[in-house]
Amino acid sequence: MSNSLNIRGLVVLFCLLLSLFALVPTMMRGDVPTWWPETFGPIQLGLDLQGGMHLVLGVDVDKAVESRVDTIIDQTDIRLREQDIIYKRIERRQGDRLVIQVYDEEEGRKVDALMTEEFPALEPATMTGAGGYIEKHYRLSDDEIENIKDYAVSQALETMRNRVDQFGVSEPTLQRQTGNRILIQLPGVDDPDRAISLLGKTARLEFKMVDETANIQDALAGQLPEGTELLYERNVNRATGAESETPLVVSTQTVLTGDLLADADVRIDTRFNEPYVSIDFNAVGARRFDQITAANVGRRMAIVLDDTVYSAPVIRERISGGSAQISGSFTSQQATDLAIVLRAGSLPAPVEILENRTVGPSLGQDSIDSGIKSIWVGALLVLVIIIIYYQLSGLIAIAALTMNLFFIAAMLSMFGATLTLPGLAGIVLTVGMAVDANVLIFERIREELALGRAPKLSIESGYSKAFSTIIDANLTTLLAALVLFQFGTGPVRGFAVTLSIGIIASLFTAIFVSRFIFDFFLKNRNVKRLSI
Amino acid sequence: MQLIKPDINIDFIGKRKIALVISLVLLLAGAASLIGHGGPHYGIDFAGGTLVQVQFEQQTDAREITAALTDLELGTPVVQRFGEEMNEFLIRVERTTGELQGVSSDITATLEQTYGAGQVEVRRVEMVGPQVGKDLRNKGMLAIFYAMLGILAYISWRFEFRFAIGAIIALAHDVLITLGMFSLFAKEIDLPIIAAFLAIIGYSLNDTIIVYDRIRENMGKHNKESFIFILNRSINETLSRTIITSGTTLLVVLSLFVLGGGVIHNFAFAMLVGVLVGTYSSIFVASPLLLIWQKKAAKPA
Repeated sequence: MSNSLNIRGLVVLFCLLLSLFALVPTMMRGDVPTWWPETFGPIQLGLDLQGGMHLVLGVDVDKAVESRVDTIIDQTDIRLREQDIIYKRIERRQGDRLVIQVYDEEEGRKVDALMTEEFPALEPATMTGAGGYIEKHYRLSDDEIENIKDYAVSQALETMRNRVDQFGVSEPTLQRQTGNRILIQLPGVDDPDRAISLLGKTARLEFKMVDETANIQDALAGQLPEGTELLYERNVNRATGAESETPLVVSTQTVLTGDLLADADVRIDTRFNEPYVSIDFNAVGARRFDQITAANVGRRMAIVLDDTVYSAPVIRERISGGSAQISGSFTSQQATDLAIVLRAGSLPAPVEILENRTVGPSLGQDSIDSGIKSIWVGALLVLVIIIIYYQLSGLIAIAALTMNLFFIAAMLSMFGATLTLPGLAGIVLTVGMAVDANVLIFERIREELALGRAPKLSIESGYSKAFSTIIDANLTTLLAALVLFQFGTGPVRGFAVTLSIGIIASLFTAIFVSRFIFDFFLKNRNVKRLSI
Repeated sequence: MQLIKPDINIDFIGKRKIALVISLVLLLAGAASLIGHGGPHYGIDFAGGTLVQVQFEQQTDAREITAALTDLELGTPVVQRFGEEMNEFLIRVERTTGELQGVSSDITATLEQTYGAGQVEVRRVEMVGPQVGKDLRNKGMLAIFYAMLGILAYISWRFEFRFAIGAIIALAHDVLITLGMFSLFAKEIDLPIIAAFLAIIGYSLNDTIIVYDRIRENMGKHNKESFIFILNRSINETLSRTIITSGTTLLVVLSLFVLGGGVIHNFAFAMLVGVLVGTYSSIFVASPLLLIWQKKAAKPA
């Protein structure tokens, strides 16, 4: 008996020391050797408590498929011309379909031969289109479409990770979720609008030749020459800072894209003392830029970012250095952000915000403060009632409850769990259940005493009779908590985690620890009356 | 100290008809309110929408804010005072946008125009797209459903099947009444409230199991006595515990409700209703339900 008491004492002591060890980094933030927090990190607070941003972004994967088809069209167009194949029109239909219209079957066979050689993955079909033309249809296979979509999401995730790294957020979370969704959590972000525009900007940089022959008035009325499109140039008045837009007709063909960039940096233009973004092409890009500028001296080239023209300078001479500059009356922050997104690369497809939760740091602090205050008040009330009602035995229950909270905190740290508001709710529920476990035991002991049994015997049978009740009640709740953890999302999970941890801690303290304290005090005494 | 004498003997089961009426009134009142409002009043988590919590430097009221926002054409924004802070408000609009510069920045910009820059502090922004809202709702429901299944299986295994049915009906009773109260008090249901419902399920279940456990024990001890006697005796024997536990839990929840601050307020309201109804249902719903089953089983014999 005494031997088992020693062993149980050692178990309780070990658990207390381990918990203390795990909680030191939480209690003394920063003032401990670095190996310590690396073993047991401080308890992490959820975004609802510490402030920050929670974003779910959806990647428009259909656009990624469309742009893949567009690329194939551009390449096919070039090959068709090279081989002198006569065709009426080449276009994309229904997102994933490439259609080439030809005049007769002979040309059609040439088209087929070319396409099987160049793009064997496409599924061909022949149809008679409007006006009796032969239409050659090519479709991406379902597998290929899946691949493109999947790649687009992982590529977008990678790009955003680069951007976040350069933005400088401590401990960001970026995760791919089911389907085409990306979850991003940025703790402690103080400028949410800037973060959103940095993350969500597609940053597709394109160079296109300006069509000077086109009539702007006709273009605005919707009459565009074949192979051109209408874009708007962004102008900022240096004196007033007001933004305006000028329409510009450019060729649909992109001569160069931002994929071929090696670097982007912010520089200061000494003439107007305003920042611009200087870009350097990689070897391939530099060669192509050299060719394009050589071939188009005297024409205007539009620098287009996400379908907005930033500038359209006249090419004065061949540029062979492989660098260019994007100016557009930026503020220094705009220029910095533009350089970041250009360096990090463009998103393969546009993204949209599906969910955005931003909690300012002051609100987070207020929530913690009032949450903690209310828990303290509640706990004090419980303490008073338990001690009044159960006297000295009540003190044992309080000791067990305090240890319970201590163990819960320690386990949160050990498992690296995140504490959220619903998580606090889970803790309140488990503390309630821990109180209940003690009450159950004490009521049983009272019943036994009422039957005239001796104190020690009453404690013994009180615990053993309450045991199955407590186990059943707690295990059912634990079961529910585990199911919720498995199937729930976000807040439901936060609740399930603390509830599971709390139930384990409260089972241990209510059944094991409080029993140990009872036995410890009654060890060598022959108690006649139990203070309960 | 003792509140309840050990030899207390109240005929709880005898009052089951009154309890049935009370339960029905509560359930029907909630149902009527739910039908009247066209279903539960979902917050933006489940309905989708944009919510902005704003703190103003100067005194203002909901009507002034709504007036300031009319130019934005956001439909009808719902503006509510938040918590006990006099100058803090929640602005909720149904519209969402996937665009990068969302509804929230429009709202902030408009408010700053009216109240002056630096007079308005945005403390929280939540935007949930309609698709995500639907997903969250479905996942939440599914999680609760699976949790209920698990409970059913566990209780059937540890007790008997009719105990499991009784416990599940009592749980549904508690959740439905709380849901009804939310509708009656025009409170919104969002994700933290789902967590509160889960806590209610946990609490009510705990309470029911404890009474059931005593019933199981007394069925072995007093197998000569009538089932009504066993039920009453079990409820009376656990009454002291029921009152102490429910009392202390209510105190904690009450302090959360009064002091916990705006974000916790609705959560604590759900818990408050849930604990009261959960305690009541363990005695007056879960236990008498066993009796119905007993009678039905006995009839053919």
